[in-house]
Amino acid sequence: MAENTYQWPDASKRKLIGKRMNRVDGPAKASGRAKYTYDIVRPKMLYGDSVKCPYAHARVKSIDTSAAEKMPGVKAVHIIHGPNDGAKGEVFWAGTDIVAVAAVDEPTARDAVRAIKVEYDQLPHLVLSDKEPNLAEAEKGELYKVAQKETVGDPTAAFQQSEVTHEGYYGSPVITHCCLETHGSIAEWPDKDHVFLHISTQNVPGIGEQVAKAIDMPAANVHVHQDHVGGGFGSKLGLDPWGVAAAQLSKKAGGLPVKMMLNRATELETAGCRPSAYARVKVGAKKDGTLLAWDSYAWGSGGPTAPGSLAIPYVWKVPNQQKQYVGVVNHIGPARAWRAPNHPQMCVLTMCALDDLAAKLGMDTFDFVKKNIDLLDPRSKIYSEELDVANELMQWKARWHPRGDKTAGPVKHGLGLALHTWGGAGHTSNCDLLIHPDGSVEIKMGTQDIGTGTRTSILTVAADTLGIPIEAINLQIGDNQYPPDSASGGSSTIGGVSSSTFHAATDARNQLFAKVAQALNAQPGELEAVDGRVRVASDPSRSLSWKEACSKLGAQTLTVRGTHARPAAGQKDNLTDSGVGGIQMADVSVDTETGIVKINKMVAVQDCGLVISPKQAESQVLGAMIMGVSYALYEEKVMDQTTGTMLNTNMDSYRLAGLGDVGELVVKLMTGAGYDERGVIGIGEPPTVSPGAAISNAVANAIGVRVPYLPLTPDRVLAALEGTQSEGGRA
Amino acid sequence: MSDQESPKDSGISRRKFLKISAITTSAPLVLGPTVLEVEGQQVHVFGPGKVPISLTVNGKRLTANLEPRFTLLDALREQFEITGPKRVCDRGTCGACTVMVDNKAVYSCSLLTIEAQGKQIVTTDGLAPQGQLHPVSAAFVDNDAQQCGFCTPGFVMATKAFVDKHPNATPDEIARGLGGNFCRCGTYAGIKGAVAQLSKGAQQQKGGA
Repeated sequence: MAENTYQWPDASKRKLIGKRMNRVDGPAKASGRAKYTYDIVRPKMLYGDSVKCPYAHARVKSIDTSAAEKMPGVKAVHIIHGPNDGAKGEVFWAGTDIVAVAAVDEPTARDAVRAIKVEYDQLPHLVLSDKEPNLAEAEKGELYKVAQKETVGDPTAAFQQSEVTHEGYYGSPVITHCCLETHGSIAEWPDKDHVFLHISTQNVPGIGEQVAKAIDMPAANVHVHQDHVGGGFGSKLGLDPWGVAAAQLSKKAGGLPVKMMLNRATELETAGCRPSAYARVKVGAKKDGTLLAWDSYAWGSGGPTAPGSLAIPYVWKVPNQQKQYVGVVNHIGPARAWRAPNHPQMCVLTMCALDDLAAKLGMDTFDFVKKNIDLLDPRSKIYSEELDVANELMQWKARWHPRGDKTAGPVKHGLGLALHTWGGAGHTSNCDLLIHPDGSVEIKMGTQDIGTGTRTSILTVAADTLGIPIEAINLQIGDNQYPPDSASGGSSTIGGVSSSTFHAATDARNQLFAKVAQALNAQPGELEAVDGRVRVASDPSRSLSWKEACSKLGAQTLTVRGTHARPAAGQKDNLTDSGVGGIQMADVSVDTETGIVKINKMVAVQDCGLVISPKQAESQVLGAMIMGVSYALYEEKVMDQTTGTMLNTNMDSYRLAGLGDVGELVVKLMTGAGYDERGVIGIGEPPTVSPGAAISNAVANAIGVRVPYLPLTPDRVLAALEGTQSEGGRA
Repeated sequence: MSDQESPKDSGISRRKFLKISAITTSAPLVLGPTVLEVEGQQVHVFGPGKVPISLTVNGKRLTANLEPRFTLLDALREQFEITGPKRVCDRGTCGACTVMVDNKAVYSCSLLTIEAQGKQIVTTDGLAPQGQLHPVSAAFVDNDAQQCGFCTPGFVMATKAFVDKHPNATPDEIARGLGGNFCRCGTYAGIKGAVAQLSKGAQQQKGGA
């Protein structure tokens, strides 16, 4: 069958696609019966722990494991990072694993870790990144690396033409992922040639191969299984040293299972890191609000190797731009993809600067965006529609006031907005769909449900296509012995799995029709599968039950492979697409006496093409807004330059937003004509992008001054109110 | 609770236990508590080494030999494979390990196993028989109040304890009452919906009675 014949059914024919349904694995999760890697207990399982380097930058001089090896209950000791590993034992961040141990229980493993002696030579470190780097120093390239210098149009002339200009500092700090299930795995060797891994990962189909490479064995001999994962957000895509160590420890312990889960402090310190991004931004416009010019000097944490770059101005095609970016080489651990990598930071740098410019112009930011809507090409129309919808949901035009709430009392109210984009194309995906002669159906796919509702969406597509209930299909995912899907990252999963499932289900249904047609005295093309029956579309009285129809398969189970291949660059298939826009608005109260910011309401208006599972898609948007409130108001990986370590390594000090912190949340997905035809597009990342900028803008609107750096903590708010902040944020 | 019902309840906190455990390391290996004087009070000291413990979890009596430093959370998870309660912060902040102890929501990471003896412990796994959903769990499913689901069992138990006590809570009371649990995926909107559904159910039940 030719590629272009796969088409999502018309809205009138969709029985399950686009309908609000409960999450299929909800009961397992809400009853506590869902098993995560952390929950797995294997027979004779050992517990792993590790010695971590206490210094941000050091060399391992010597390691003495003799005392630990003699301890009763210690079954294996494995050096991960010895004096001769890497560049002469050099360690680039505190918390680096040095020696791993496996013991009969956790307390014994912890005792063994304490008994290991490691000597280090300390080296100079830098763990902060919020200070504006001196460009001359940066160009020497020791602690800073100039990664980007770019000019678009004629910024000098454009700033001369600008009637109003604004310059300010903006930024967001390093934050961490804080997955509730820490990173880790259980490794065992069923025999000397095979490894079996339970692993907490976003990458079931790919992680086995990475482990195999690290321990020098064939990828085919590494079996990976995971039913559920307790959060990833981009931090569980690749190989980690502790994962390899678990496999090495198990081998040394005669193949016994070794469970190696990070503790909370290590999770926060080393297993997640969204890079910081700061900038001095100058923007210029004509009096009527026409945006003319952008000039930015930006910098941010780059981990041990620095550069990176930032695509600012974000989304806006400002006609004249001058941009420089300096990567800060620092000793805080490598950056990991954090839900919509770089976008939230770029959104803050851009949308906050433009909001300040609009305020200086005396314009409502809503009007400023509308005035410059053409600069949002190629999504100007979508943003414009979304702005109007958001206006209605927030009553923005009715409630907006110029900067600085002039009403009496210490609590000031304000509104802010921001906008964002994301790709979200479906990734490569394969599945097998089996229809057995007794009518039972199973789907096997080497994917994972990271909490986005992947299981629900796969079953929705398959059941809709086969005309049978969701409960009639046995879905098996989370194992690398099933046909490979891809890692769940970048909002790529829904496009991939819905398309591969639709291919398999369509082909399987058509093959079943071919077997059944004769019995119904019809041509295969005249049949349809609806409400648990296979029937003649023009004469529904001629029908067979699903079970009767499947019995026509004879003795042979029908097995059909469905594949979604990513279209070539610039090409598009019928089922999926990429590229979305989104608008968010925030309504906040700020107590000018305490500096406390309270979210009253947030509105998210988001397009994502055809929505397979609206209830779960909305949950993605709600979750993204809540994560956004969290990083806007509370989250920062606080580093201590003296010791080189992270200070807030637990959840009382690394504060997440709680249930009472998020206010009223309103989600509007743009669906129907004009959107559905595009096909399926991912939604996990985009709504995470705008909250930081929208909330910061709302605070500025409330109190009349900009709090330059996130998170908008009381000390920063008070410093901004007193005008005492220096270098853009630090009081 | 009388001493008879809880013969091994020493009445000391985990923190104080950890503080004094250093004193006891020179004591001989014994089963059952020794008596030590700490801050003018006589306290029972368990261990060092494994001691026999007995718990009542989801109506079942469970026994094991455990080092006294095992928290209730670790005993449930590692000894008895009751894995609804999750280990997340392990310091009494996040609520993912919440269980009900004598009808109160308790962070099981902050209660020593030896202290939990003689009490009625309920986890999500025991709320409803296999294959059935307790109304609180069902309300979470109906309102899509879970994504990755790792915080969910703790939230379900916190919600159960909360709605039992406050069947018609105001939004402010809900925010305070469920403020001891964190979710990273951001399911709070669903959880508020679940509590609202349960409150409505309680009202209807009351109205019908």
